[in-house]
Amino acid sequence: MDKVELQNMIAKRVAQELKDGELVNLGIGLPTKVANFVPEGIHVMFHSENGFVGLGPAQGDEVTDPTIVNAGGQYVTIHPGGCFFDSATSFGIIRGGHVDLTVLGALQVDERGNIANYLIPGKMVPGMGGAMDLLTGAKKVIVAMEHTTKGKAKILRECTLPLTAKNAVDLIITEMAVIEVTPEGLLLKEINSAYTLEEVLAATEAKLMISEELKELA
Amino acid sequence: MNKVVALEEAIAQIKDGDVVMVGGFMANGTPEKLMDALVAANIKDITLICNDTGFVDKGSGKLVGNKQCKKIIASHIGTNKETGRQMTEGETEVQLIPQGTLVEQIRAGGYGLGGILTATGIGTLVEEGKDKIVVDGKEYLLEKPITADVALLYAAKADRAGNIVYKGSANNFNHVMASAAKTTIVEAGEIVEIGEIDPNEVVTPNIFINYIVDGGK
Repeated sequence: MDKVELQNMIAKRVAQELKDGELVNLGIGLPTKVANFVPEGIHVMFHSENGFVGLGPAQGDEVTDPTIVNAGGQYVTIHPGGCFFDSATSFGIIRGGHVDLTVLGALQVDERGNIANYLIPGKMVPGMGGAMDLLTGAKKVIVAMEHTTKGKAKILRECTLPLTAKNAVDLIITEMAVIEVTPEGLLLKEINSAYTLEEVLAATEAKLMISEELKELA
Repeated sequence: MNKVVALEEAIAQIKDGDVVMVGGFMANGTPEKLMDALVAANIKDITLICNDTGFVDKGSGKLVGNKQCKKIIASHIGTNKETGRQMTEGETEVQLIPQGTLVEQIRAGGYGLGGILTATGIGTLVEEGKDKIVVDGKEYLLEKPITADVALLYAAKADRAGNIVYKGSANNFNHVMASAAKTTIVEAGEIVEIGEIDPNEVVTPNIFINYIVDGGK
């Protein structure tokens, strides 16, 4: 699988978690692709942190309205019924628990649902933007990411990088597995049949409990 | 009432060492003519407050590119490499604040609140040095108000009294910043006569606005 296929596969699996009527915020990069795979019959509304709900597809090669951008600065559209607002309202929606689901990437996730995704001291210091608010305020948090980076584990016993939020993650979806964060630790619920259980365990530093109903990731 | 002034007169309100808020999100909704005029005036030692520092050649990033800032308060600087360079090399102090906290601190500053309580940042580096307050069993950080000498904003449309209407996602920080500075200057894409904007459609009330400059092409 090349990188694009791999990311699409993860995004497609995340999209199966969407429930009808939800307000959803997608992070930059891989999470943005989830919008391409919304299952038929499921209607969700996307929230854009810079100030609107009803986020639609990109404008395409020709920019038709330069006043509308998404949180990545890309020219996008707004669906009928959507609306614009200021940043205080936007983060009131986020912090106030009105966003049902957020999907974000991560550098590290650990057994307690801690997440690090905004800072590598001395190396990558872009700032947290809206990530800390989203992780704190959204009702449900899904981390969508590649299982390892250059062969190194990202799902750890304990995060070593500065945290973006504590005890925030609910579900981790990678190309290898679907893992739920429970009060007892990480529960392996689905596994991609392209990998063996041993391979998944070897690629994960954290301790994984294996669900009695372990399913094939589809 | 007519708050419309020439660009030069508006820029003359800003002096070396001022705290300057600039509206916009990745330069969407940033007053570019005011940015260019501020670069041309070469006003120095600015404390810049913005969501992000845009790009080196776009948005508030132009001020960073021209090395006019001694301090930057923002939520994200990843799209402007020059901001990162100045921070890493110790040329400019950069304070990074979660976006939802930053906008609420500005709102608190403008609306006469002594601060806000937020759970955002608990258990992270953000909580360092801040008071924690427990309300009904839940822990919050006390985040203090932020104000400025000058706010530089962009509006799609303003009437001569300073009633503001935005377009698309270009509102973002503009509406909130309007309340939080001693002097608020709006660059309007279109300026209309008083009465031409339906009072029901106004987003930012005229009382927050001191000067309007023509941002039309």
